[in-house]
Amino acid sequence: MCRIGAIKSKNYIHPSKALMLMRSQQKGHDNSGFAMVMQDLGGRFENYKELPILSMACTDEGVKIAEDVLHQAGFSRVMQWSPEINDQPGLKIEPMPNYVFQVLHYPKSYKYAPDREKEELLVDMRLKLRKALAETNDGYVYSFWPDVLTLKEIGDPTDIGTYFDIWDEDEDFTAKIITAQCRQNTNYDIVRYAAHPFFLQGYTALANGENTFYEKNRNFQKNLYKGYIGFESDSQCFLYTLHYIHKILKWPLQYYKHTITPLPFEDAEKREDHAILQNIRAVLSNLELNGPNTIIAVLPDGTMFNTCDAKKLRPVVIGRTADTAVISSEVTGLNEILPERDWTQDIYTNEREMVVINNNLEVERWQQ
Amino acid sequence: MATMKVNQISRDDLDWQIVYNTDRCTFCGKCVAACPFKAIEAGVEKRRKVISDHFTPEPKVQFKTVPVIKQVVSEHNFCRGCGICERVCPNTAIKPERNPDSRFGIKYRSALADPYKRGGRSNLATEKRTLDKIKVGRISQMTDPSLDASRHTFDMLAPFGRILPANEMPFEIVDGKLVMNKTTPKVNWIYPIIIGDMSIGALSWRMWEAMAIATAYLNEEVGLPIRMCSGEGGVPVKLLKSKYLKYMILQIASGHFGWNRIINSMPDMQELPAGILIKIGQGAKPGDGGLLMAKKVASHISEIRGVPKADLLSPPNHQGLYSIEESVQKMFLSLNSAFKFQVPVAIKVAASATSVSVYNNLLRDPYNIVGGFFVDGLAGGTGAANEISLDHTGHPIVSKLRDCYNAAVHQGKQGQIPLWAAGGLGANWNLAADAFKMMALGANGVFTGKLMLQLAGCVGNDHGKCNACNTGLCPVGICTQNPSLVKRLDIDKTAEQIVNYFIATDNELKKMLAPIGNSSLPIGRSDCLISVDKNVADRLNIQYSC
Repeated sequence: MCRIGAIKSKNYIHPSKALMLMRSQQKGHDNSGFAMVMQDLGGRFENYKELPILSMACTDEGVKIAEDVLHQAGFSRVMQWSPEINDQPGLKIEPMPNYVFQVLHYPKSYKYAPDREKEELLVDMRLKLRKALAETNDGYVYSFWPDVLTLKEIGDPTDIGTYFDIWDEDEDFTAKIITAQCRQNTNYDIVRYAAHPFFLQGYTALANGENTFYEKNRNFQKNLYKGYIGFESDSQCFLYTLHYIHKILKWPLQYYKHTITPLPFEDAEKREDHAILQNIRAVLSNLELNGPNTIIAVLPDGTMFNTCDAKKLRPVVIGRTADTAVISSEVTGLNEILPERDWTQDIYTNEREMVVINNNLEVERWQQ
Repeated sequence: MATMKVNQISRDDLDWQIVYNTDRCTFCGKCVAACPFKAIEAGVEKRRKVISDHFTPEPKVQFKTVPVIKQVVSEHNFCRGCGICERVCPNTAIKPERNPDSRFGIKYRSALADPYKRGGRSNLATEKRTLDKIKVGRISQMTDPSLDASRHTFDMLAPFGRILPANEMPFEIVDGKLVMNKTTPKVNWIYPIIIGDMSIGALSWRMWEAMAIATAYLNEEVGLPIRMCSGEGGVPVKLLKSKYLKYMILQIASGHFGWNRIINSMPDMQELPAGILIKIGQGAKPGDGGLLMAKKVASHISEIRGVPKADLLSPPNHQGLYSIEESVQKMFLSLNSAFKFQVPVAIKVAASATSVSVYNNLLRDPYNIVGGFFVDGLAGGTGAANEISLDHTGHPIVSKLRDCYNAAVHQGKQGQIPLWAAGGLGANWNLAADAFKMMALGANGVFTGKLMLQLAGCVGNDHGKCNACNTGLCPVGICTQNPSLVKRLDIDKTAEQIVNYFIATDNELKKMLAPIGNSSLPIGRSDCLISVDKNVADRLNIQYSC
C-alpha cells in the first residue's frame, strides 16, 4: 500500500519535511523505499531555473555513458551536485554507487529554439539515456527538466534519509514543492522506475491505490506519445493521462476529472455541457479510471491538485497554514508537519471534486 | 424370403424415430393435428394374438386390425424431432427419439439431388465452447474492493457510431471551457446488447412484433436502452412512422428488401432510427446471401418486402461494391446522407480469416462515417441455409473478435469504430456471462438473435433437433407465416419473457462487474480473464490457470 504526501509552500523547504510527513504514516506503507520530486528549487539550484537538471542514479560506468550521450548531443555541464553520503552500518538501503544531479546547457543549436522544441529535446534525451543505461544495467535516469530534481531509492525511508543526510535542514537543498512517497515495490517486483512520483515535462503525479483499468489505459497510451513508456507501475497511467489532456490536447484542467471519472450518463445528460462531456467520454473511454485511487499532481506552473476515484475508495486530506499547504494520505502526516494549522479547515477531497492549490496557496474546490 | 428395397428410404435411415405406445394412446388425434411436418399419420396395423379362453391351454390365433399413429417415412415429410407430438399428447404415448445410426444425410441428397437446407445453428460442435473455458479470474480482494452488485450504481452503455480521435475533436476553449461549434459523427449510447437482425419473413410477424414490443417496453418502462435490428425484411409502416422507431436499427442487406417502404416513409418519420446496419455477411452461412423460401413469402411478407411470392435469394454480395473503400464511399456515404448524418451507420460481416484486414481498412476510413463493426461468428443462427454452409463454413467469433481488437490497439485506434460481436452467444443460456467475456476481450457490445427465439419457445437445438426454420412449418409459430401455426405463439407472453430475460441479464452483468470492482463496462479488460485451457489462453493472450 502506498502513502503519498505533497508539500507546497511560499518558502523554500527542505526534504526533511517530506520525510517527516511520510514517516508518521509508516503503518500504512511497507517502508520499502523513498521517492521524491522537488520542483521550484532553491539553494544551490536557485540560479539555474531555466536550465535542465539531470537526476540520475548509476554506476561509474553509467556516469560515463551518460556523459557521452549528452556530450554527443551537444549538452554541456554547468554544475553538478551529489548528496553527501552518510553511510553507516546497519542502514536498510540498497544504494547505487552514484547519485548525480547535473545542471546542463542546451546544445548551441537550440539557442533560439522555441520552448516546444527544447521540451521535446529533453524528453528525447532522457529516453536515450534511459535506454543506454538500461542496456548495460548501469543506472536510472528519473528526470531531465529545468528546476526539477528527483531522488528514488530502495530501502527504509528513515535510513534513506540518514544515508543521504537529509534529516538535517540544509538551506542549499530546498524547493517550494516537494512530492513524496514511501513505497518502492509494485505488486510484482521492486523496481526503481516503479516508484512514484512520476515526472514528465513539468507534470508530476503520485497516487495511492490501484488502477484497475491499467491494461486498457496502457494499451491506449503507448501509442499516444513517445514519453509514455515504462508502465512499471499502473499509476504511471495517471501521469500520462494528465500530460495528454493538459499538455498535448491543451484542454483545461477540469477535463482531467471528466476524463478519468466521467459522470454517470444519467447525471451528465442533465447538464448544459452534456454534449462535450459525452464526447469526451466517447473519445477517451480508454483513459477512464475505475478506482480505487487518489492522485496528487503538480502542473508545470506549480499548481498542485488532488482528485479521487469516483467511488472515493482512497482517502486523502489537505491542510494548510498561511504559507504552506500539505496533502497527505493520513492526517497524522499533517499533524506532524503542520501542527499549528486550523484542522477544522482540513479538506477531505470527495469523489466528484478536484482540490486545486495555486501558487498563492489559494485552495479551490472544483465540483465536477 | 421377403423382398426388400435396399435403396428406398426406411425408418432406420431417419434422424428421428417415433416411439409410440398403442396401450397408452386414446387416438385423440392431437399429435397428428399438431405435427406441422406431416411426419406422423393415423393408420392401421394388423396384429396377431394367440389366446386361450379355456382352463386348459387351447391356443387360438386371432388377427385384429388396430388403429395406430405411424411415422411417415419419406425424404419430404420426415420427423424433425421437434417433440410437439409429445407436448400435445395427454397420455405420453408418443415421442421422437434420436436415431444414432441415421443415414438421412446421404439418403436425402441421393434421392433429391438437392443440397439439404435447414435453419438453426452449426450442428457439428464437438467440444466445449471457448467462452466456457474462460472464467473471470481477477476478483478484487483487499486493495481494490469488490462492489455491491445490488446497491452500487453501474454505468453500462456502449457507443453506436463513429468515435473520433481526441485530437481531431473540434473543441475550442471559451472562458476556460471546451465548446464545440462543429458537428461530429453521431454516436448513440445504447445498452451493450442488441437484439440482432432477424427479418419479418424469416420470423413470423407475431415473433417480430413480440421482440419489438419487448424492445419498446425495456426502453420505456424498464429503463434499459436496448436496441433491436430489423433484419433484412423491412419494417411495418406503422412502426416506421411511430415514436418507437428510435429503438430500431434498420438493416440493409444485398436484397435491399423493404427499403422502398422505408424511404417512402422518411417524410413521415417522427423519430430517427437508432442506426443503420449494412449486412455484408452472416456468421451462420458466410458467403451466402439471405434465403427466404417461397413457402414463407405470405402476402403480408410480399407487401413489406415489395416482392412477389417466390424464393427470395439475396445475392451473396452487394451488387456494385468491389472494395472496402468503395463500400465506404458508396453505401456508408449514401446511407449517412440519407439521414443527414444524424443516424450512425454500421456494418455487419461474417467472421472470417479476413476480418482483421477489413476492420483495419475501415479504421482508416477518412470520412469518419463507419459507425460500427459487427462481427458474426460461425455459431450464429439462421432461418435458412444450406446445411453444408452451416456445418462447414465460418469462423469462430472469440479469437476473431480478439484479433480485431488487437489490430485496433496496434494502430492506436481502439474504440474508434465500436466492435460488436455475436455468434452463439448465450447458447449456454447465460448471455450476461458471454457478453461480459466478449467485452473484456475487446467488444464494445454484443448482439443476439437465436436466443430470442429460444426465449419465445423455439424447441430446436444444436444437435439437429427441429432446425426446420426454413420450411415455413415452425411448430411453435416463430419461423412461419402459416396462419394456424403462427397462432401458437403468444405475443404478450413472448414479449414478457424477453423483457424478463433482459432484466435478469442486466442484473447478472452487474454481478460480473461487481467482483472485479468495475462501475462501467469492462471493455478491453482482458486482465480479468483467465482460461483453464492453455491453447485458448495463449491464443487470446490471457492468463492460463489450472
